[in-house]
Amino acid sequence: MYNETVMDHFMNPRNVGEMTDPDGVGEVGNPVCGDIMKIFLRIRDGRVEDATFMTFGCGAAIASSSMATELIRGKTLEEAWEITNTAVAGALQGLPPQKLHCSVLAEEGIHAAINDYRKKQRLEPWAETARAAHEEEAGGDAE
Amino acid sequence: MKKLVYMDHAATTPVKSEVLDAMLPYFSEQFGNPSSLYALARVSKEAVENARAQVASAIGASPDEIFFTAGGSESDNWAIKGTAFANRKKGDHIITSAIEHHAVLHTCAYLETQGFSVTYLPVDRYGLVSPKDVEEAITDRTILVTVMAANNEIGTVQPIREIGRITRERGVPFHTDAVQAIGAVQIDVTEDAIDMLSLSGHKFYGPKGIGALYVRKGIRLGNLVHGGGQERRRRAGTENIPGIVGLGKAIEMATADIPGHTAKIAAMRDRLCAGILDAVPDTLLNGHPTLRLPNNINVSFRYIEGESILLMLDAHGICASTGSACSSASLEPSHVLLAVGLPHETAHGSLRLTLGDLNADGDVDYVLDVLPKVVERLRSMSPLYAARKGGV
Ligand SMILES: Cc1ncc(COP(=O)(O)O)c(C=O)c1O
Ligand SMILES: [Zn+2]
Repeated sequence: MYNETVMDHFMNPRNVGEMTDPDGVGEVGNPVCGDIMKIFLRIRDGRVEDATFMTFGCGAAIASSSMATELIRGKTLEEAWEITNTAVAGALQGLPPQKLHCSVLAEEGIHAAINDYRKKQRLEPWAETARAAHEEEAGGDAE
Repeated sequence: MKKLVYMDHAATTPVKSEVLDAMLPYFSEQFGNPSSLYALARVSKEAVENARAQVASAIGASPDEIFFTAGGSESDNWAIKGTAFANRKKGDHIITSAIEHHAVLHTCAYLETQGFSVTYLPVDRYGLVSPKDVEEAITDRTILVTVMAANNEIGTVQPIREIGRITRERGVPFHTDAVQAIGAVQIDVTEDAIDMLSLSGHKFYGPKGIGALYVRKGIRLGNLVHGGGQERRRRAGTENIPGIVGLGKAIEMATADIPGHTAKIAAMRDRLCAGILDAVPDTLLNGHPTLRLPNNINVSFRYIEGESILLMLDAHGICASTGSACSSASLEPSHVLLAVGLPHETAHGSLRLTLGDLNADGDVDYVLDVLPKVVERLRSMSPLYAARKGGV
């Protein structure tokens, strides 16, 4: 069902665990299948110094969390914000079509964590415009 | 070879070697079409009639009440659509339960688009249909009651004899999907007052794609598969002779000693079930504590998700199943687990283990070694589990 990359990130997830004193935390839930993902960020000089996750969900949800945290480490917040679900799924060498929504969860989790950080810094949260655009690209059919 | 522990006997079972041996001559040697007139064809014809007698005797029917089909789904479709369309003038109301297999539920949903109305009876928290509810749901427009003998997910065994008595008294035909019950519970269509019964070969060590529908003499049933005059003009299509022979042999073996066979399976099941509940905290048993199939375990591990449990078990060579939304094509959690009142989250973490002939005591020990570690590992990644620990 899943390819080797997905299975590797599922069986040996990177960056799993709760972070003590994170600078930003985002918890998002998937209304479609009920998965829940929590992303923790440590920010230094506008960059993601460390990212970890905790996930309640299927193989795709756990693998997406693992890959997403890998992808944003070392990135600026602007770059991290631009990591799309398509990028996460692509880095995993593809997900089964019915599992693509799990990678959307990863994108949402990153956004939620970044905005949590921005709020704590008394900065205006970024708007979800990027995401709406990706969904249109993908056919725009979110139920 | 990698260790393989198959605990998904409710999904399907391997063909027993005796069954395969009985089938083999009918592929290339005794290949005649039973409808033909020469001696070669007679051998096929006799094989079919012998299997028909085997199926009949397993459920207390007479051979002319048994019709071969392509499996459980076709039998369910035939019984329900055939009854509905043949009784249109009499009424338009069908009664079923909320926890039937999709072969029944989707057929009923289809009939709703054709102008029939369907009552989906609720079940209690153990998955039991109440005979009283059946009785109260019957109206003078009711043309069929269909309630499964045993549930494929949580294993709950229904009071079909009581339901049969009620429907017989009220003059309403009673169909039961006994696909999971054959070989596990004693069924006698006469004593249980069953009018139609579906069964499927691959659930009791017979081949896939072969099943039967029992239709009591005198029951009005329209045809589903139209064409040639096979099965006494009730079900068209050249007979699947090897399949039919295999079905006959398999049901004969599966029903030869139900108490003896199920006692052995139930002993392993009970040890495994108690071991899991003992070793893994925050685990709920789904289904009925006693009125359940002897091979069935269905548990929910709180704070984790079923598909990821299956993937990790598979990595250890253990085959099982789940009612999680994530593992279903529809992304809906199991309708059975929702019907017994589980919240989505708990249905999400369900695991079904169904034991059978492929299992031995060592498998129970192996699963008891692997499963708690898998649950522990997934919980260590779960934000819900962390919140629970933190919140207490
Ligand atoms: C209760 C029940 N009914 C019907 C079926 C369908 O049987 P088949 O796979 O032979 O079509 C199954 C099998 O999954 C079942 O468990
Ligand atoms: Zn999922």
